[in-house]
Amino acid sequence: MHPTFSVIFLTTLIGVGQGLFLALFTEQSYSAANLLPAQDSSFYVTGSFIALAFLIGGLIAAIGHLGKPIYMITRAWRGITQWRTSWLSRELILMPLVMFLVFLYGVFHYFGLDANLFGTPELGGQLTLVLGTVTTAAVFGLFIATAMIYASLKFLQEWACSLTVVNYILLGSASGFTLAAAYAAYVAPELVGFYAGWAMIITAAALITRSGSLIRNTRIKYKSTIQSAIGVRHTKVQQKSMGMMGGSFNTREFFHGKTAAFLKSIKWIFLVLVFPLPLLLLWAGMEGDKTLLVMAFLVQYVGLLFERWFFFAQANHPQNLYYQTV
Amino acid sequence: MTQLALVIDLNVCVGCHACVTSCKQWNTSGQAGPLFDDNPFTKDPTGTFFNRVQTFEIGEFPKTETLHFPKSCLHCEDAPCVPVCPTGASHKRSEDGIVLVDYDKCIGCKYCSWACPYGMREFDEYQKVMKKCTLCVDRIYDETLDERDRKPACVLACPTSARLFGDVHDPDSEASVAVRERGGYQLMPEWGTKPANHYLPRRKTQISIHEDELVRVDNPLKKEDIRHETSKDVSLDDWLM
Repeated sequence: MHPTFSVIFLTTLIGVGQGLFLALFTEQSYSAANLLPAQDSSFYVTGSFIALAFLIGGLIAAIGHLGKPIYMITRAWRGITQWRTSWLSRELILMPLVMFLVFLYGVFHYFGLDANLFGTPELGGQLTLVLGTVTTAAVFGLFIATAMIYASLKFLQEWACSLTVVNYILLGSASGFTLAAAYAAYVAPELVGFYAGWAMIITAAALITRSGSLIRNTRIKYKSTIQSAIGVRHTKVQQKSMGMMGGSFNTREFFHGKTAAFLKSIKWIFLVLVFPLPLLLLWAGMEGDKTLLVMAFLVQYVGLLFERWFFFAQANHPQNLYYQTV
Repeated sequence: MTQLALVIDLNVCVGCHACVTSCKQWNTSGQAGPLFDDNPFTKDPTGTFFNRVQTFEIGEFPKTETLHFPKSCLHCEDAPCVPVCPTGASHKRSEDGIVLVDYDKCIGCKYCSWACPYGMREFDEYQKVMKKCTLCVDRIYDETLDERDRKPACVLACPTSARLFGDVHDPDSEASVAVRERGGYQLMPEWGTKPANHYLPRRKTQISIHEDELVRVDNPLKKEDIRHETSKDVSLDDWLM
């Protein structure tokens, strides 16, 4: 597939936003159980607005994926209608919902809105805990919807795998927790160890699952062949003409147009930038070194751009069987 | 239930591209707006087409065979491009099984083209919506046309009648009979998309003639002269002689 930068930025940016929200809410739940020191409301307010900024960044990137930007206003609302069958429609519903809930979470913290929902007046922040739980469910729903857009295309065999969903969840959460560690270094240094620790654990888990999908993808046996594509049972079939001279949508959209060596170098770049480097920087920044933690996030985010580029480029669409003389 | 479809006979397709040009001509002139082209008369011409003819060489030289392969939307019965559409622009008509895109609802996200294993959809770079073969839906129901013209443009254009059009759910239609009796097959059956369009395979036209059928061994006159014993019973010979 031809990697589109709008989708690369969309998926990575909302991943960071979702992960950062999960990090914030994890802190709040832990502190409600007295496992972590309680934070001022400003910690959650600023945090959730940073998360919201990343989600909005993703939304802006998504506009680039539409035929015309104006379709966002005139036509994209129809995207909520096909939720019964389309994962893209589900993503289109969940994305504004997550943004709204994260916004609400920040607003509730800002105004200190609370209610005694559980009949335990000594437990503070019950309302935001409930809202956060709902938002967490929506965040996971969005992760799953985003990943299932790719994983549900059964004939794109590189994507049609449960590891795709796991990778989206883990990579998004890892980048969000790394950002949370950097954020905590500025506003709540006592949380740096907690966030950096979890960021390392999630990054390591993502390394295992992403490597798993890479290994899986090297061993794929493609179901479709040129023989099944044109229905001719002969071992030697060679394409002589694709039916056009200057290329078509089919030759532009489904081929990355780069060499195998280029693809391989991107793979190693992302494998270094997403996993070992941030792990090292997070480990070194455990004491609260701001520069190291910000570096960890930036390196991992740039790495994720490479990762997503590779994710698209690696997928081999069966339609390419009809376009072999590109 | 009706399922309109094309049945394409690869045995007689000569790869003349008449179906391609007539398709383009009809569909660029319709209500849905033009099918745009870039550089149509200069280097690297490209544009939106609903139908393409590709050419494959089968076998190894000198024992090769050329296959011209017309390629357009297969109007799958279980079309994978339809459920993925977020806006409902991509739809399959229940009355005749034609898969269509509503150009006024399409947001141009191209997800349907990713979901088509055959690569039959083409994005219009100017109108910024996804386009595909409509099976000339604006033509086959047009009662102002002669009844014989109410067929897709490609079918009417084909000089060798390689393209049959009809209801593949009606067992007596020309298309169904051709599929049934001439080994019609579907493309990439492994994905369970159940394409409505079928292809008829190439066939070898040959008769086997033995050598002594060409060179007579015996003098036929002598051969006919061989008298056999006649039967005592009344036979046809008694009437003739």
